[in-house]
Amino acid sequence: MCAQKRAKSDVGEGSPARADLDRTRAVLEGPEIGRALTRIAHEVLERTKGGEGVTLLGIPTRGVPLARRLAERIERVEDRSVPWGSLDITMYRDDLRLAPARALGRTDIPAEGIDDRVVVLVDDVLFSGRTVRAALDALNDLGRPRAVQLATLVDRGHRQLPIRADYVGKNLPTSLRESVTVLLDEFDSRDAVLVGPAKARPAPEEEH
Amino acid sequence: MRHLLSAGDLSRDEAILVLDTAKELAQVSGRSVKKYPTLRGRTVVNLFYEDSTRTRTSFELAAKRLSADVINFSAKGSSVSKGESLKDTALTLQAMGADGVVIRHSASGAAHRLAGWVDGAVLNAGDGTHEHPTQALLDVFTMRERLGHLEGLRVAIVGDILHSRVARSNVLLLHTLGAEVTLVAPPTLLPVSVHTWPCAVSYELDEVLPKSDVVMMLRVQAERMKDAFFPTAREYSRRYGLDRERFARMQRDAIVMHPGPMVRGMEISAEVADSPRSTVTEQVTNGLSVRMAVLYLLLGGSESGIGNQEGQA
Repeated sequence: MCAQKRAKSDVGEGSPARADLDRTRAVLEGPEIGRALTRIAHEVLERTKGGEGVTLLGIPTRGVPLARRLAERIERVEDRSVPWGSLDITMYRDDLRLAPARALGRTDIPAEGIDDRVVVLVDDVLFSGRTVRAALDALNDLGRPRAVQLATLVDRGHRQLPIRADYVGKNLPTSLRESVTVLLDEFDSRDAVLVGPAKARPAPEEEH
Repeated sequence: MRHLLSAGDLSRDEAILVLDTAKELAQVSGRSVKKYPTLRGRTVVNLFYEDSTRTRTSFELAAKRLSADVINFSAKGSSVSKGESLKDTALTLQAMGADGVVIRHSASGAAHRLAGWVDGAVLNAGDGTHEHPTQALLDVFTMRERLGHLEGLRVAIVGDILHSRVARSNVLLLHTLGAEVTLVAPPTLLPVSVHTWPCAVSYELDEVLPKSDVVMMLRVQAERMKDAFFPTAREYSRRYGLDRERFARMQRDAIVMHPGPMVRGMEISAEVADSPRSTVTEQVTNGLSVRMAVLYLLLGGSESGIGNQEGQA
């Protein structure tokens, strides 16, 4: 319950209320998300010479189903099964003291571990880069990957740290006054990327 | 700042949040770096006025695994032995800027008093015969891990209820989480007010045993007994001890719990204590995860995710 609450704020707004839906527009719909993921799957295979030693780790909440979908697509293309899991970054956040203690998401590292693997972090929206920074710290405590790469469905800009994605579903230039919401079938019974007006929030600290 | 003074202060959702958080944090012991950076720069004081190995080391390790700075303060070898009062000690800690104070004291209500004197979060690690909320949380966590659910679980708590803070905390927490508790003890070892507790009471262990999913044995706390509460240890053990024969009459998947320290041969036989259905060592392991969860939820954010607001300035 609480994990969902956190996840919603992670993508800026959470499932938008009905009134807000009127002011939001979909920039990606289901089929486009599907094609973007298929392309990313191919790019991962290219960049890693056929997916040798690749482990996909999704960042909860919505990075996890994206990691699973990427793993399925890679398997379909190359007939090679790729381990995937989830990596919760709550304990590594830099804004913990700005909000009440948060519920933790699931961390589920595949049995192969991450030592000497090529870890591809998967998230839905890349924003400030702070989530990725936290994820890199979390990985550091879990082992020593051979390399770490980053895949994101949407890159909305406004980075606050020197971090960039290796694989991007869609570059989405946004204003700080806008919010980006990713809806996924697994949680929202619909695939879409929505852009709408930002709600009044103390700071844009939350997003990725 | 909020505190954890009583297991009864936790709502159902808060208790579940602690258990879920503990489950995630339990993974840390399998990692290459057994530490989170979450409480870096925060100070936790362990203030122990009563002897304790298990609880103190468990709290200390839990705080260290969250990267907090830990100060251990025991009554022996401190100003307390020179006659300093609890309040003066509290004000000293306050002046040092402790973010969290874990207190164990032989007086019931000590944690509650402390909460009014310090700004930091107060965690009750056992106050007299009153409460021991983290013990109840780790017991409930162990039940959920072993049996998969809590709702409708039939729990028998057997032994020295009168002097047990573990029993009171467990009754309150298990009631909140929908389990049915039966206290089993000789009439002399039950508190006078037990009829106001949300649980059933029985004097006959043999009647309750076959109908229980969990049997929690308590130690007879001889150090707190100033009067004779039962004729002989042998008679107590005959009527309320869990031996091989009684163990055989329990349900096949029922578990045996004990908060420790155990007195083998008194309330529990060695054979039962070492059986695979006994969770004694698991309880210790789970205690670490549960205390990490409580420390994180109380100290990790701008305001705590659990506990009550008492003592707020």
